[in-house]
Amino acid sequence: MEPDLTFVEQVSAWSHQNVQRCYYCLRCSAGCPATPFMEFTPAQILRLVQLGQKETLLQSSAIWLCIGCETCGTRCPNEIHAGAVIDALRQISMAEGVTPGEPKVAKLHEAFLNSIRTWGRLHELTMLMQYKLTSRDLFSDLDMGLDMFIKGKIHPLPKRIEGVDEVKSLFGDARKQ
Amino acid sequence: MSTRYAFYPGCTLHSTGIEFGASTELVCDALDLDLVEIPDWNCCGASSAHSLDSTLFLALPARNIAQAQQIEDVDSVAIPCAACYSRLAAADLALREDEHFRGQMEDKLNFQYEGRLKPRSLLDIVANDFSRERLAGKVQRPLEGLKVVTYYGCLLIRPPQYTNRWDDPEHPQTMDYVMELMGAEVMPWSYGVDCCGGSLTLNRSDVVVHLVDRLARAAHEAGADAFVTACPMCMANVDGRQKYRGGPPIPRPEKPDYEPLPIFYFTELMALAYGLSLKKVLGKHLVDPRPLLGRLGLV
Repeated sequence: MEPDLTFVEQVSAWSHQNVQRCYYCLRCSAGCPATPFMEFTPAQILRLVQLGQKETLLQSSAIWLCIGCETCGTRCPNEIHAGAVIDALRQISMAEGVTPGEPKVAKLHEAFLNSIRTWGRLHELTMLMQYKLTSRDLFSDLDMGLDMFIKGKIHPLPKRIEGVDEVKSLFGDARKQ
Repeated sequence: MSTRYAFYPGCTLHSTGIEFGASTELVCDALDLDLVEIPDWNCCGASSAHSLDSTLFLALPARNIAQAQQIEDVDSVAIPCAACYSRLAAADLALREDEHFRGQMEDKLNFQYEGRLKPRSLLDIVANDFSRERLAGKVQRPLEGLKVVTYYGCLLIRPPQYTNRWDDPEHPQTMDYVMELMGAEVMPWSYGVDCCGGSLTLNRSDVVVHLVDRLARAAHEAGADAFVTACPMCMANVDGRQKYRGGPPIPRPEKPDYEPLPIFYFTELMALAYGLSLKKVLGKHLVDPRPLLGRLGLV
């Protein structure tokens, strides 16, 4: 695939990480809990950034499967936080309107942020309802949800904080979608 | 050091992590640790803000630091949740070191960053601001016979630039120390800093079930009766996914090939050891810990 030679600079700027320093020692990938499920390991993702493979990366499912556990960044001898690089790839893919490789993962993050924008805090029930409707993942985990609801771990009604407009203003210009 | 702290409960402490909220209150009361809740705090953004937005993930927790500055005579923010702790620590680092970001936030949130308040994990505060004698002196019912593995997970101790290494990122010991003071037996295992799968629990439950199974099998192998954690996400995943395996409940999903183990917040086990009543919360766990505690004569 035709490389995008500006991509490594774009990703480095968004992530505040010097991606060029990776010499492929693979410590990040050896410790990554999500590698069994990813089509590219964290080290391969860094390499693909270096090689300007923008489209491949932005459409990949791997960038949505990073859990953000920070094992890679803690162990990297070159102090590259692959997690921050992967966050930047997700952010760029959202900003550029690319269809996420793991649509349900992106839908959950959107529902979560929408809850913060509406209430100032997370309200699980309304967040889950938005997630279920937008992802069409209607029937999974109803058993667990019901158990938690009965035990009083999911509140039926949300509460709005006083400073919700201030919280909303933080979204305002930060939202690039 | 002052025993008065600004307090950031975070969203889960009254909902999915209600056991953490209730036991934190009990333990802090017992230790005369005065928690002053941050006025009108907001969600820290958790795993979602940094996944979708390059500024919001620091701006949301930055507002909490601005709000916390209204509280006088404190020098730390006590944060029970590991994920909230990590987000506030990240925002504080950015406010301190990134002039552009600091200016932006000061304008927007109409405050002056003082750098007075250090975001700290409640575990760090309990273990390091209180003497061994004071922590152990409150024990009325030592947790004799309770074998635990300490499960630190990710964000409590990683990455080091946020934590400043208050505990080792690869071989943390703080929770082991506290549990030993409570009289529990801490079993050695190699999975204390491994990830539970975090926020993938609802949309890729297969990943979380895979990771939680690995943890549970390792805990069994170590000879433990239970896990101990300081993270509501670890709790939700380890507690929930040993029992509920994801997907629709019909047809019935396959059961795990091991007996699910209960998981406790460290504050719950401290409260138990201090002889405080946890009646209201023990029944809220998804893997019921009461049979185990009953067997050991701890409830």
